Amino acid sequence: MYDFNTLYEAKTVKEALILRNEHPEALILAGGSDILIKLHEGKLSGCDLINIFGLDQLRGITMEPDGSIIIRPLCSFTDVATHPLILEHIPVLGEAVNQIGGPQIRNIGTIGGNICNGVTSADSASTLKAYDASLELTSVDGIRILPYAEFNFGPGKVDLKQNEILTGIRISKESWEHTYGHYIKYAMRKAMDIATLGCSVNVRLSDDKNTIDRFRIAFGVAAPTPIRSVTAEASANGHALDDELLHMVGEGSLVDVMPRSSWRASKEFRLHLVKELARRATIAAIEKAGGKING
Amino acid sequence: MARKLVSCTVNGTKRHYHIDVRASLSDMLRNEEGLDSIKHGCDVGECGACTVLIDGKPFNSCIYLAIWAEGKSILTVEGLNDVKTGISDIQQAFIDAGAVQCGFCTPGFIMASIPIIESDKPASRDEIRRQVAGNLCRCTGYEKIVDAIEKTQKKRIAERKSSS
Amino acid sequence: MDIIGAPLKRVDAKEKTTGQAKYTGDLVPRNALVAKVLHSTIGNGIVKSFDLTEAWKVPDIVDIVTCFDVPDIQFPTAGHPWSTDKKHQDIADRKLLNTRVRFYGDDIAAVIAENELAAREALRKIKVTYEEFEPVITVEDAMKPTRIPIHEERPDNVVVHSSYEIGSYEEARREPGLIKIEGDYETPIVQHCHIEKALSFAYIESGKIVVVSATQIPHIIRRICSQALGVGFGDIRIIKPYLGGGFGNRQDALTEPLNAFLATRVAGRPVKLEYTREETFNCTRVRHAMKFHIESYVRTDGSFAARSIIAYSNQGAYASHAHALVANAINGFRMMYPVGAIKGEAYTVYTNLPTAGAMRAYGIPQIGFALEAHVDDIVAKTGFDPIEFRKTNMMKLGYVDSLTTITCHSTGLAECIDKGERYLNYTEKRNTYKNQSGPIRKGVGMAIFCYKTGVYPISLETAACRMVLNQDGSFQLQVGATEIGQGADTVFVQMAAHTVGVTVDKVHLISKQDTDVTPYDSGAYASRQTYVSGMAVKKTAESLKAKILDFAGFMLHKDPWDLDIKENFIVHKHKEEHLLSVAEVAIESCYSLTNSQHIAAEESHHCSDNTYAFGVCFAEIEVDIPMCQIKVLDIINVHDSGKIINRQTAEGQVHGGMSMGLGYGLSEILKFDPKTGKMLNGNLLDYKLMTPIDTPDLHADFVETNDPTGPYGNKALGEPPVIPVAPALRNALFNATGVAMDSIPLNPEKLFFAFEHAGLYK
Repeated sequence: MYDFNTLYEAKTVKEALILRNEHPEALILAGGSDILIKLHEGKLSGCDLINIFGLDQLRGITMEPDGSIIIRPLCSFTDVATHPLILEHIPVLGEAVNQIGGPQIRNIGTIGGNICNGVTSADSASTLKAYDASLELTSVDGIRILPYAEFNFGPGKVDLKQNEILTGIRISKESWEHTYGHYIKYAMRKAMDIATLGCSVNVRLSDDKNTIDRFRIAFGVAAPTPIRSVTAEASANGHALDDELLHMVGEGSLVDVMPRSSWRASKEFRLHLVKELARRATIAAIEKAGGKING
Repeated sequence: MARKLVSCTVNGTKRHYHIDVRASLSDMLRNEEGLDSIKHGCDVGECGACTVLIDGKPFNSCIYLAIWAEGKSILTVEGLNDVKTGISDIQQAFIDAGAVQCGFCTPGFIMASIPIIESDKPASRDEIRRQVAGNLCRCTGYEKIVDAIEKTQKKRIAERKSSS
Repeated sequence: MDIIGAPLKRVDAKEKTTGQAKYTGDLVPRNALVAKVLHSTIGNGIVKSFDLTEAWKVPDIVDIVTCFDVPDIQFPTAGHPWSTDKKHQDIADRKLLNTRVRFYGDDIAAVIAENELAAREALRKIKVTYEEFEPVITVEDAMKPTRIPIHEERPDNVVVHSSYEIGSYEEARREPGLIKIEGDYETPIVQHCHIEKALSFAYIESGKIVVVSATQIPHIIRRICSQALGVGFGDIRIIKPYLGGGFGNRQDALTEPLNAFLATRVAGRPVKLEYTREETFNCTRVRHAMKFHIESYVRTDGSFAARSIIAYSNQGAYASHAHALVANAINGFRMMYPVGAIKGEAYTVYTNLPTAGAMRAYGIPQIGFALEAHVDDIVAKTGFDPIEFRKTNMMKLGYVDSLTTITCHSTGLAECIDKGERYLNYTEKRNTYKNQSGPIRKGVGMAIFCYKTGVYPISLETAACRMVLNQDGSFQLQVGATEIGQGADTVFVQMAAHTVGVTVDKVHLISKQDTDVTPYDSGAYASRQTYVSGMAVKKTAESLKAKILDFAGFMLHKDPWDLDIKENFIVHKHKEEHLLSVAEVAIESCYSLTNSQHIAAEESHHCSDNTYAFGVCFAEIEVDIPMCQIKVLDIINVHDSGKIINRQTAEGQVHGGMSMGLGYGLSEILKFDPKTGKMLNGNLLDYKLMTPIDTPDLHADFVETNDPTGPYGNKALGEPPVIPVAPALRNALFNATGVAMDSIPLNPEKLFFAFEHAGLYK
């Protein structure tokens, strides 16, 4: 039995937005794998909730006429990991969310919740950042499109207005086309764990597959929020597929990350991982793209 | 506190509950139905002992609001016990393989294994381990649990082949 | 077919796969009240006062009890049989609720409510005023003289200091030509993690306080509850239903004494006291962290000349099993490699951390890691072969420990080593893997252990059993020994059937213990039940059999001494011809118009012997140095636990122990805030107990000896499998990388710093 106070039930997105407007203090309950756990811990006792779990309009993954892929926020991690559009165009996102928790958690946890929690360890976050995703944030006043890059303010703090609900995650065709990604979740266990560090790389190679046409890299738990490494990206773009590339990606990443020491892991250890994961994810992404280091 | 009518199918039977909206699915199934196979090991989705199938997929019933069950079909280990034919092959396999020790995690493991044994794609031991990775056991080291699931999946695939 | 050693399926497996098996939480009456404990939010200090005003206003609150309201009685919690010798009694150092706060999370008050939400809300509304002291986390800090003692009875925070010396260590180490090897080793605080949380419920019936509890030791819990409440043993009744794992945590009084007291506060209405997982982590028991300094003097022929150890054990806030564990550890140190000159010294020290108690193998996993890591340090320094060195020095048949008199009545350790060696091809691989370079390296490691069976002569060993014959020739088997998942019930059925001479289907085991009706047994711990309780079963079965034969003799007009029972039939000794069925004897004995007898047997067994079980672990690993990760490629435990009564359940014990050993070696550690002593990772997400996908395939094998002291040739098995795994992994890492770790777990961050220190990243 959970000790929340009032459960507001939305039957449509519109109702949810009205409820959200009327009860700005109420929390949005999607899959509950975050909120129900915090309730158990006594952290949210007496809170009010707006239940949007039943809103099937916020489920599904589609491709827009312009080739953008839209992921609706109530998609479970399993939905994302098994959807044909994801498997075909952004398989790395499926691979990333497939490393969350265990099967039961992936069946209930939602990608929207993963984003809106604003935690740096969110397994979907680094890949979505690395794919330049944008967010569709809806309120009774209308829709706001925000680059995901600008969404996170700090740990658990995001640019979601008190009357807004995340209604879509968009990845443009430009971002996914001819692009191959790899995500490494570094954790203490192979399941049921929070990333000690996460690294998502995606590359678009030149037609001859000898140089990097576009390189993107993002990290989770390497800073208070999921972040891109612009330094690594700048040094990699246009670079040949060689050891120097790997070196520069690693060193460039170190410039942008700012991991902290916590009881989970020390800063020194995380910095070591930043370099190693950047290197390994880069190699793997290049191989998926048909390239070869020193090939 | 607010209550709500929830209608769902539990182990094949249509049920209606007038339930406190704050109840979890595991609360509802244990308290209203006496489905004691649903165990609480952590209450936060970390141990898998409360795993049930909802529309065929495994969920931790401890972090699933009871009201979300509206219109859904729920299966627990009790639903595998057939009064006429006895227990199911996966339950028997757990017994035969020695996959049961203290037994507290057993129903959750059995439910988590159902999607595996119902799949036509043979799963390697590693894949089986991955698919039950949301369930913890401290007694068995998982070895004989994986044995039981592997054996049952092989048997089911063979049965489906011979009948088709 | 012989029932001993037969592959009988577990007698309780069907109930457990169908959801029919009822555990404590499944039996709570619908009208039960819910109790919750208020835990301190400081790690060291004194409760000055409570403000309960707001808490009392919560609807549905029935009662609030604080540390100022409980009986002024200090009681012990350790699950040892009571000692009538005052010197050997467990330390009584806590009350039901405590004013003196000794760790972050200490029990200081409790609320009873009509439902859980009200109880939780009331807890949140209790305001506490404390006088706060700086928490003391480490043994070193706790032993500094200036501290405010954690318990006033122990001004220096040392719970117990003990030592032994055999021969003259000082003299022996002066022998010319010796090589000295010394090392410091350290093991972490870990937890049992049985999947069923700590819980009980209590009510008053017919003037008795009844506590239904998930415990390994119902009869001992009855004694502890009576002491804690200041009532007679007979005023308490403990019922133990099916149990969701114990591993030693429930060899201690956990929720029961307070729960019993709370029932008295509400006129006996049922009160449930169920810990959350987080409370189960913080407020039950943990495994003692230990630190060891070991010195060895080795002759050039590869034999030990002198050995010594100093051990420090972090007890946490309350004594619980206290010094017994580290004492066991330094005894185990002595027994594994007997030598003429040896000395040991151990300290158990209070700190402001959660209370350490019994956990699977009781101090031996700690010393097992230290000692077997140390042995590989010795062979690395001296160049001896690790297997030959161990075989030369390890305990041999006939060994008598001079301090405890525990004798090696049987040993298959050398064969266990050989079996494991052959399985892994250890020696060849060890040589191949020396001096590797590159980021990915492989290694092999091994470790051995010895483990005594039960607690004699350190403590009392006693057990009882009852059998009651039914009119159809079947019988009830009732033992005080408890099934906690290990398979005890199943092997008791095999033992009873074998000895009476009937098939296993004739034995109806009563799994539930109820101290009002169940014969006495100290319970499930020390891997004692097949050995000690097994003898009680054997004696009772012999007694039942004699009574059946006596009546059969009456029916057949034959001398009972000439008769025997084979597969449910009365036969002439050494003959096959069926004279009568046991069923015919049973029904006649019950309803005989001239000589009705209600055949039953009850025997107790006072055990005054002990014996050693042995075993090995061999492991092969792959180390990814840049990723700081260890992958277990292959692992096997080979055990000499005497005669194996049931191979399948025995393998299950080995697998489970190996899994726990893998966690101990690789990933498990409870972490604490150094400033407050607050547990940081007390949940199943942050505490890295291995999931199915983290666990490799596990291999279990046995070398069966026939121990002359075991009821059926059997020896300890339940705990031992956990012991050798962590040191085998550590030694494999040493082989792979040349890095000799001195602590566990070998988790990635620790490996990172070790590899960096060793220059592997240059």
